[in-house]
Amino acid sequence: MTDRQSLNIEQKVLQKRHRAERRFRLYGVTAITLALAMLASIFVSLVVTGHSAFRQAEIELLITFDADVIYADGGRTEQALYGADYQKLARMALRKLFPDVSKRADKKRLNKLLSPGAGFVLRDLVLNDPGLVGQSRRLSLPVSDNVDLYVKGQIDTTLPEGQRQLNDRQIGWIDSLVSKDLIKLRFNTRFFTNGDSREPEMAGIMGAVKGTFYTLMVCFLLAFPVGVLSSIYLEEFAPRNRLTDFIEININNLAAVPSIVFGLLGLAVFLNFMGLPRSAPLVGGMVLALMTLPTIIIAARSALKSVPPSIAQAALGLGATRMQAVFHHVLPLAMPGIMTGAIIGLAQALGESAPLLMIGMVAFVVDIPGSVVDPATTLPVQIFIWADSPERAFLAKTAAGILVLLAFLIVMNLSAVILRKKFERRW
Amino acid sequence: MYVTLSPVKRKIVEEVILWILILSSTIAILTTVGIVLSLLFETLRFFDSVPIGDFLFGLEWSPQIAIRADQIGSSGAFGAVPLLAGTLLISAIAMIVAAPLGLMAAIYLAEYASRNVRNFIKPVLEILAGIPTVVYGFFAALVIGPMLRNGGAELGVQISSESALAAGVAMGIMIIPLVSSLSDDVIRAVPQSLRDGSLGLGSTRSETVRKVVLAAALPGIVGAMLLAMSRAIGETMIVVMAAGLSANLTADPLQAVTTVTVQIVTLLTGDQEFDSPKTLAAFALGLMLFVVTLILNVIALRVVKTYREKYD
Repeated sequence: MTDRQSLNIEQKVLQKRHRAERRFRLYGVTAITLALAMLASIFVSLVVTGHSAFRQAEIELLITFDADVIYADGGRTEQALYGADYQKLARMALRKLFPDVSKRADKKRLNKLLSPGAGFVLRDLVLNDPGLVGQSRRLSLPVSDNVDLYVKGQIDTTLPEGQRQLNDRQIGWIDSLVSKDLIKLRFNTRFFTNGDSREPEMAGIMGAVKGTFYTLMVCFLLAFPVGVLSSIYLEEFAPRNRLTDFIEININNLAAVPSIVFGLLGLAVFLNFMGLPRSAPLVGGMVLALMTLPTIIIAARSALKSVPPSIAQAALGLGATRMQAVFHHVLPLAMPGIMTGAIIGLAQALGESAPLLMIGMVAFVVDIPGSVVDPATTLPVQIFIWADSPERAFLAKTAAGILVLLAFLIVMNLSAVILRKKFERRW
Repeated sequence: MYVTLSPVKRKIVEEVILWILILSSTIAILTTVGIVLSLLFETLRFFDSVPIGDFLFGLEWSPQIAIRADQIGSSGAFGAVPLLAGTLLISAIAMIVAAPLGLMAAIYLAEYASRNVRNFIKPVLEILAGIPTVVYGFFAALVIGPMLRNGGAELGVQISSESALAAGVAMGIMIIPLVSSLSDDVIRAVPQSLRDGSLGLGSTRSETVRKVVLAAALPGIVGAMLLAMSRAIGETMIVVMAAGLSANLTADPLQAVTTVTVQIVTLLTGDQEFDSPKTLAAFALGLMLFVVTLILNVIALRVVKTYREKYD
């Protein structure tokens, strides 16, 4: 082998190694790009699916609050006002727009354009203001979920009539109403103010949001004080011995226990043993508190640790007791860090749903909960329930619910970041 | 706002506060004790009606209990093997997705990326960890499942819409940030001197990473993978929404399988009496889940800890 040849081989080897280097780098870039692409595709698919739920088709009708219909049974009582057939008022108003529809089957189809919830909207109006009886009003009422989907262009009209949710006549009626500007897409306030419903057009997130609020409130009130107090003990007072070591290992392991196991604990202890109410935010909050406790303890301990010992030493030197030094000086300085940890812990709890399924918070709850013992559900569980529903219109609702949930999470995490930035101190 | 107390009273108050502190820190232990006891208690009651051997080694899972005694299959079968197999299959798919992506992302961020890129990419990746699992479940059912089914139809392969693959991929995406941030920590803990030595001897950067840094960080990375695995095994919502309900004993990722967590949810969300073997079976599964994840976590935490101490 001549020198030149060996040089050649060396160069080749070097080139090969450099190629390997470039390839390796490319793997890294690819991995990151793929992960970011997945993140982007999650958000894009949610926005694409969910944005249409923020608008809802409504029909404008001239409703006559006919006293004969409302008090059909004769008695002018509160009871009659509550139980009256308001849906009929809406049906009558709609039929006035299409006087030529006379066959029974066609009338039925025409009625199907209205949401079954239209009557409830009218009832609530009358119950709020009984003076409406006998008067006429132009009102916007919800249409059925299929009409809504059609107006949004999400029903395939090229399918044969038998496979469609709306037949040709119904589509003709809708088209004429749309062209008269009587059916319009409006901002969907009901989505934000209503509780859950079997009718997609009537279903809203308010019940779930309130349930989430109560659940997180219970969770915070339990987990925060207990977490802070136990981290103070472990960090500032506990002697180094077997017991404290055991507590530490315990906390680290608890942080990694699957969330559903906490749900089983809640079911066995809080519901079956202690007899607390099922489906209640109180129990949900207690279960989530046990789950967030490790997060808060770990964050609070590192916040306490980051306060320099000189602070406590100065206090001790001036005659404070250990307790005074910790509670008057160390704890206030560690508070921003502790709060940041607590917010992050709560954000985790906000997204959690598996343990709540175990304690019955997955029930169908129409009423908006008013206290921590009312049956309720939370936002992630509501999303789960909707995702499971067969009606197509719930698909957009599910994605829209997720967008709201993500908005809450972003707000919480941002406030944690801001809190940290604002109060961060380098010692 | 500070109250002045006589030294004697102060001593008493402080003693009381100290006990409150101690009491608070025992709650973490009480939780663990509560978990173990409640699971154990119900599981023992379950084994009164179903032999433990049938549960651990039975190949058939169909927990329907008949309403009438003369109905066919009234006894129900409680063999947990198909559930374990399904759980392992889905977790394995998740790890196949997450391990290379997470590890390579961590290596790039720790060894190659500039400070600015790192400061930008790292929090963005963390967003993936902050997305609630119910969202991944929805994404798996809405996007990944149909995508795989249509892709399979193009290639002439029948892919179930609730395939293990769809759930596994969604779960993999979820644990990418877990793998990457844990690996990032251990890679950065490798002393710079090891890298300098390798580079000084003429290795390229990728050779340094592969043969020196990764070799040194291996125990820590194994620990990270174990933690990720334990997370995947215990994950519930993704599989409840995207995986199937029927217990198939199969290793084919294109078929629908069910998991331990899915069965716990299905057994306990219906309305039934609490004392039936059906509901008690959920606790037996829960205990199994708890023990398996606990073992993985303890090993992982110990491995990571000894690794850290080595370079501290």
